Formats: sequence, C-alpha cells, structure tokens
Amino acid sequence: MRKLLLLIIVLITGVVFAGRLFYLQVYDDSFQKLSENNAIKILYDYPQRGYIFDRNGKLLVSNQPSYDVMVIPRDLKPFDTLEFCSLLKIDPEELNDRLKKARVWSPRLPSVIMPQLTKTEYAYLSEKMYKFKGFYIQKRSLRDYKIEHSANVLGYIAEVDNRIIEDNPYYQMGDLIGKQGVEMQYEEILRGVKGVKYIQKDNHNREIGPYKDGIYDTIPQRGTDITLTIDAVLQEYGETLMVNKRGGIVALEPATGEILALVAAPNYDPSLLVGRERSKNFTKLWYDTIAKPLFDRVLQGEYPPGSPFKALTALIGLQEEVIDTRERISCYGGFVYGRGRKLGCHAHPSPLAMQGGIANSCNSYFCTVYKRTIEKYPSPQEGIDNWRNHLTSFGLGDFLGYDLPSGRPGKIPSSKTYNAAYDYPTYKWYASATISNAIGQGEVLLTPMQMVNFTAAIANRGWYYKPHIIKGIGSKDSLPTEYGLKHYTTIDKEHFEPVIEGLFDVYNYGTASHLKVPGIEICGKTGTAENYTRIDGKRVQLTDHSVFIAFAPKDNPKIAIAVFVENGYWGSRWAGRIASLMIEKYIKGEITRTDLESFILNGSLQDEYAKPYSGEPFRINK
Amino acid sequence: MAVSRGYVRFDWLTIIVYFALVAIGWINIYSTSIDDSATGLFDFSQIYAKQLLWIALSLLIIVFLLALETKFYERFSSIIYIVSLLTLIGLFFFGKNINGATSWYAIGGFTIQPGEFAKAATALALGKYVSDIQTNMKEFKHQWRVFLIIALPALLIIPQPDPGSALVYAAFIFPLYREGLPFVYLLTGFFIAALFIATLAFGIVWVSLGCILITAWIYFRKKRRRKQNIFSYIAIASACIAFTFSVNYIFNNVFEQRHRDRFNIVLGKETDAKGIGYNTNQSEIAIGSGGWTGKGWTQGTQTKGNFVPEQQTDYIFSTVGEEWGFVGSMVVVILFLVLIVRVLVLAERQKNQFSRAYGYSVASILFIHFFVNIGMVTGLLPTVGIPLPFFSYGGSGLWGFTILLFIFIRLDGSNSYYT
Repeated sequence: MRKLLLLIIVLITGVVFAGRLFYLQVYDDSFQKLSENNAIKILYDYPQRGYIFDRNGKLLVSNQPSYDVMVIPRDLKPFDTLEFCSLLKIDPEELNDRLKKARVWSPRLPSVIMPQLTKTEYAYLSEKMYKFKGFYIQKRSLRDYKIEHSANVLGYIAEVDNRIIEDNPYYQMGDLIGKQGVEMQYEEILRGVKGVKYIQKDNHNREIGPYKDGIYDTIPQRGTDITLTIDAVLQEYGETLMVNKRGGIVALEPATGEILALVAAPNYDPSLLVGRERSKNFTKLWYDTIAKPLFDRVLQGEYPPGSPFKALTALIGLQEEVIDTRERISCYGGFVYGRGRKLGCHAHPSPLAMQGGIANSCNSYFCTVYKRTIEKYPSPQEGIDNWRNHLTSFGLGDFLGYDLPSGRPGKIPSSKTYNAAYDYPTYKWYASATISNAIGQGEVLLTPMQMVNFTAAIANRGWYYKPHIIKGIGSKDSLPTEYGLKHYTTIDKEHFEPVIEGLFDVYNYGTASHLKVPGIEICGKTGTAENYTRIDGKRVQLTDHSVFIAFAPKDNPKIAIAVFVENGYWGSRWAGRIASLMIEKYIKGEITRTDLESFILNGSLQDEYAKPYSGEPFRINK
Repeated sequence: MAVSRGYVRFDWLTIIVYFALVAIGWINIYSTSIDDSATGLFDFSQIYAKQLLWIALSLLIIVFLLALETKFYERFSSIIYIVSLLTLIGLFFFGKNINGATSWYAIGGFTIQPGEFAKAATALALGKYVSDIQTNMKEFKHQWRVFLIIALPALLIIPQPDPGSALVYAAFIFPLYREGLPFVYLLTGFFIAALFIATLAFGIVWVSLGCILITAWIYFRKKRRRKQNIFSYIAIASACIAFTFSVNYIFNNVFEQRHRDRFNIVLGKETDAKGIGYNTNQSEIAIGSGGWTGKGWTQGTQTKGNFVPEQQTDYIFSTVGEEWGFVGSMVVVILFLVLIVRVLVLAERQKNQFSRAYGYSVASILFIHFFVNIGMVTGLLPTVGIPLPFFSYGGSGLWGFTILLFIFIRLDGSNSYYT
C-alpha cells in the first residue's frame, strides 16, 4: 500500500485530465465558436445584387447604395448621446431601446441601429463616426426600380429574420434577403457572395492585423443578372387595364411556357418597399385586408373557373367516347337532374352539337356530356377519379411547379371528396350530385395560373411546358431543365380540333362575337362564375366573377391568356374585353379599338367591392 | 558492489523525457511570445530567447550536478537546507517586489526566486532526516520534527505572499507516508480537505447534518460487534462540526476576497467570465478551441491575441491545448505521467533510504505541480499560481526543477543494479 498509493493517485489524475481535455477539446464544441468570436473580428463586403431584365432586354431593377449604422454592443464606449441622436434624427429613448435590443440579440455580433441612410445623411455622419466607438457604417446595396409595376412578380428584399439566420449560416443580422417573387426564388443567384475579411484582435480589442495574413479572406462576388420572360410593355399595360378592379391577368407563350405577363390587381409600386419608408409602407399594405394588395390573386386566388372549364368537359367527353362532334343535344332552358331539379341555361338556339355548344356555352349540353363521362364507369367513384385523372394531366388540382414562391394547388374533387361529404357508404351519391363540375362550378377551384395553363395545353393541342418566369441566368440562356420538359395531357391530339373550332366560334358568333380583333383569329371562352361570401356568418351570394380564357392566333398560337375580374358579372363584360385588348397589344403592338380601351381604363368596380362592407342590403348582378 | 567513477550509469529514459518536456515547453513559449518586433532567435529582449539562455545554462547545471559524488548530497543536505532557509529569510530584507509578491532577488538585470530552489533543499533535508538510523516515523517526537523541516520553508513563503508555492510543500506527505508515517495522518489530511470543500460547496447546515448522520451510521454498524464508547463518537462528530464552523469563519473573515472568488468559481457558485473568472474562462476557451489536432504552431488565435493572462508562465498549457489540440495535450500529459511514474519506480529500487525518500519527494513535487497547474488551466481546480515544471517560462523555475530531478538521477546512478 505504501508503495502504491502515490502511483495510483498519479494514474487517476492522468485519466481525469485526459477526460477533461477530451471534454473541452473534442466533445464540447461550444468553445470553438467562442474563440472565433472574441479573437477574430469579421468584416463583410456586400456585393451588388444582380440586375433584372425583361424578355426584351429592358432593365427593370438595378441597385442603389445604402448605408446602415451598425453597432457592436460590446465595443461601445460612453459617447455624446444627444449629438448622436441629432445626427440620426431619433429620440434618445428610441436609441436606448435599439441598443438594448442589440445587446439582447448579441453583445458580440453587429446589429442594425439605423437602417438605410441616404447618401447625404451618410456623408454627414461618416465624418463624425470616429467619435462613436462601437458604431460603424455598413455599406449595402438596395434595389432601384426602373418601373412602377410588376411588384408581385419581382417581390422585394428586406432584412433577414432570426429564423433564417439560425437556419442558414450565410446570413447575418442586417443582411438583406429576397422575400417573395423573383427576388426570393432566385435569391442565391441574385445575391452573389459577400466578401469576408478576418481580423485578428488582441485582448484589448485592438486590431492587430489580418488573421493568418488574410488567407481566409475572400473578395465579394457580384450577383448574377437574370432575364425574365415578362414582357414589360404587356405587363404594364395589363396593370393599367386592371386599375380599380380586382383579379388578375396571366399570359403565357404556349410554345415555351414562358410567362409574358402576370398581373395581380390591386398592386403597388415596388419602390414603396425600398429604403427607410419600407416598414411603414409594408405595414400599410399588410393591413389592407379588404383589397389585399400583397395577395397575388393570379397565383394564390382559388376561384371557380366557370364556363371556360366546359372546354375540358368536352375534351374528356371526346376522349372517353361518350359523345362525338356530330351528336346534337336539346336544351329546354336547363338541365334536369334528380327529382325535378334543374340547372338553368340561357336563351340560345337548340339543339346544339359540340361546336355550337361551346360557342353558346350551353349548360345542358355539358351537363349531359359530364354525366355520361361519369356514368360510363360502374360506380360514380371510378367515374370521378377517371375524370380527375384527365384534369390533373392539364396541371390542375396541384401546384404547377412554376418558379415563383407563392401559389395554391386549387382543387379538383375526387371520389374521396364526395365519399367524405356524403358519408359513403352509409349514403350513396351519383353523378348528378356532382353535376355542377361540368360547368366549372361546384367543387372545382382553379387559380388563374392554372386556367392559363390548360388554355395553353389546348392551344398546343395536347401538351404544355411548365409555366416559368426565368428566361436567362447571367450571360447564358440555360434554364432549369424541368422547364424544357414537355408534359402531355391524356387527351388525344385529334380531339382538340373540334373544341378549338368551338372556341373560335365563341368569337365568330358566340358569347364574345363583339370582341373580335380585326386581323387576328382568336379562340376563347367566356365565364361567369357564381361566388359567395360570408357576412355576419350568413352565406351571401355576390355578383358573379367575370372570367375569360383565350389564345391567339388559332394556328401557331403566340399567346394564351386568362383574365379574372372579381365580381365583374358576365364573362365578356370585363374579362373578355381585357383579354382582347391584351392580345391585340401583344400581337399588333398597338390598340385600334380606342373606345373599348378607354371604357376599360375608366371603368371601376370599386362600388361593387364596397357593397358587402356597406352594412346595407344590396343587389347583385346588376 | 561499489561502483567506481567512470562506471556510473544514468537513467536515460528520465533524461530523454526531461529534454522532451523542456523542448516542447520552449516551442510553446516561442509561440506565445513571437511577434513582429522580434529580430531573430537570439534577440534577448524576447522571452523565448531568454528561455533559450536559461535552458543552455541548465545544461551546465546538469553536468555539474552529475559530476558530484553521491555522498556529497547526503552529507551537505543540512547545510544546503539551512542556506536555503536563509535565502528565504533574506527576501524580507532584500527581496524585489514583482506583481505584488516579494519572491525575488534582483541581481543585475536578472531576477532569481529562491523559493524554487527551496523545494530541492527541503527534499534533501527530509531524506537525510528520515534515513537517520535513529528516526522512527511512528513516534510523535520524530513526526513533529520532520513536519517542522517541511513547514519552515512553507511558512517563510506564505507571507511573500505566495500561498500557491507554499501549498506545494503538502506534497511531502507522500514520502513521509512511504517512509512509515501512519496512514491516519494522510486520512486526516484528506478528511480535512474534503470537509473544507464540502463546507464551501454545501454550507454549514448540510455538512453538520452529514457529519452527525455518518458518525451515527458508523457507530450503530460497529456496535453489534463490540461495545464502544459513544462519547468518542460524539467528540469526533462535534470536532467535525466545529471545524466546519471554523472553515466558514476563516473563509469569510481570514481569506481575502480574491481567494474566496477563486473557490466560488470552481465550485460553480459564481460565473463572472469577465472579471474574476477571466483567466480560467479564457484558458478553457483557448484549450477548447483546439479540437482534435489544434490550430497549428503559432496559429492560435487566443494565444496571439493575448487573451489568456500569464500564458508563458502558469497558463502555458493553454497554448499547447489551442495549438496542438487534444493529441498534443495528451502527449504532454503522458510525458509527465511517464516521468513521474519512472521516478517513482526508480525510487522504489533505491538501496539506501535517503535516495528513496528523496526520489519520492521529487515525484511528489512534480506531481503536485502537474496536478494543480493542469487542473487550474483546464478549470478543474481553483486558480493557484504555480508553474508547470520544465514548461513555464522562468529561469529559477526551470533550474529549480532541473536541480531537483538531476540530483535524483545522480543518486540513482550510483546504484549497482546497472552493472
């Protein structure tokens, strides 16, 4: 024992030290970061964000310099608060508040005290900065918008929030990041890579030179420019047409899937969300819960499509061989189903074959076709699911996969929808229970983007590219491969021609015959979609939505378009007119029908939109 | 069989480990002190260059020590001890105050710290006393004399003030135990230390309660076998409680605030990383940031930024941790373990009691420095300012340990088992 005691103690000590060293150096890595924080100062050099161009090379968005006053709370020394406040034009209390917040966030990391000074403010302040230890000015680049439209397409940039900082080590407090639109979708391409300088400090927080002679320092890489598929002229024209209306316009080039225009109304000037007024303006937009200017109705609005959907009902009927193009179906002012219930129709010649059915938008015709399509199968469940299959091949009922960060899937009902609704198998349901689907009402909901996509698929006679907004990244035109992939619908090519003839007749003698554009063969379809809202818990019907889809020219289509005007009443009243103006503008480059144009430009639906909020009883469809 | 001069053989393993530690130590001192103002390896305004000089001089000392006869150390041990005591006393009159402690003589541009040499002197005196044929460590008469030999230098060092260096003399309990001191002393010592720490950590009430319960438990367990005097148990428990109270009193009234702070930080009662815990905290950060293999020689960010105070001296190990990582730290720890264990093994092999007691003293002193220093630097023990042998910057320290170790190597070299 006397020989071994010290030996044992020595060996135990060795083991304890090994354990402690293992814990400190290998197991617990919190010390690693702590070390980097207090010995090395990191300075960032922010690159210019990439420019954004339209499809014709017109510059939409560039940059302007901006200067943020930053603080590292740990490095603060007592300073002349009053002078500092008067320079920044803020209250001492406000300054104190912000300093406190910065300290809570991190005493070691920089926080923004005063964002986005103007050049003159910066020039004035930078001379006096030496008096305020712990503060410094960080140069960044802000957006400079050359246009006053397309806010919903472009999105905006804003300071990153804490959640993103924690998830993504690239971002620091005060960094700017794309939010919404193209800025968000192509953030990593547009932002470039910020440069870093590591500076070794000593224990008195003095800088003693570049860390490891600067071998880890990097120079900033400028962001890459991108070209959008948007036609700035068309986009701007669309936004002007939609003034004082709610809804949206979306136009595609069917042959490529390129988005030519993506108009959401109401919209706002993108410059509102730049600079120091940003948060004030954003709050104003955010709290406008009636007009919802931040809500992109083209991508996020799910509406009953109404009659344009009949084109799909016809295509599915042909593919399922439940009807041919010659069969005439009589209309007695509506379609009778169940026990004496009737889905009404309007006055038109009867009986009608397919082409006339489409041109006159006969409800009875399409209810018959739809009912036959569903009843072709032994059970309505199989019938519905088969019908749904055809529709999903047009990109409906799910996110389309376009390159913008917002969107909604829309809704195409399936057998599950109805089984759940009717508590199947306790209660059975039949095709006639779902009859409204035939005419794009009922359970069917589509976004305007989905409507234009099926229009493009019809225009192409059976296929489409995923809609996309990116045309080129940097100097090369290479695109994500998914946008070069043709998606085929389940409908055979030969079935499209009769339907397209019908859509053509809509302009020839049908519901849009007064909207012909001389010299352009347009195919289109009007829609008048019933819709409801809740007022004080009661379901109240509002004036119908005005819907229109079209593509032109009939052969080799250059443009497919969907227009949606909330509560605009019948289809050709607003949507049809807007669509024909847009097509004329895009294909001819000028408008010949100036009376029609000024009618739209001066027309307003604000009275209509005020109705549900007036608190008084109101009449609709008037 | 007597070994004549010329046939002396030294333990090369110990010598190799010694040079390895000195070399690694110097490499790390170089790293902590190199900056742009240095003009070269022999720029003697730089501390790494000074240390190089001390290392060179210690080679001369080694040659000298190994050249002397074994008998010299035994015969002159008393004189060496007395001279050493006189140098310590002399500090009260001629000492130079550096950093608040009067532990140095200033000779020309250099300073020398007699406390670093007193350890070897005390070890020699202790060896001499216990190896005396008359001495019996079981007798109280001899026990208090040997305690006096150990306590005198310690008592002279405490008021410098340098309580850390004085603490090192506690190491001599190990050679004494080896040479026959009853185990109860060791146990009592351990028990007092445990009570002391427990009182600070848990407070008087809990420790008192614990003392009573443990005493009662032992009493009732042993009672079944034989009748015992209950009063002796009560007396022991009371003594413990009284000690607890006195610890509390000493801690609050005798200790200075900085001492209290050091204990509180290790016991986790206070975590002021900026103020009193700064050294330990920075040292832990430096070591912890090393990872598996470290940041590389002279690449330590904490080291370069002088974040760890006293880094060339007491906190030199934090440089090892930061720049050489877990692997490098373990190499150093293992070298120390090898050295201490080797000295212990050699001490056991000694034929005469003087050499054995001296060897044990060497191992114990090296161990307590190693234990307290690395414990402190890694944040396991309170801040006690004592250097890491062979590593820390400073001529006196290096020479003190060199002398301590090489006297033993010389003593060991005269044994016959090599031939």
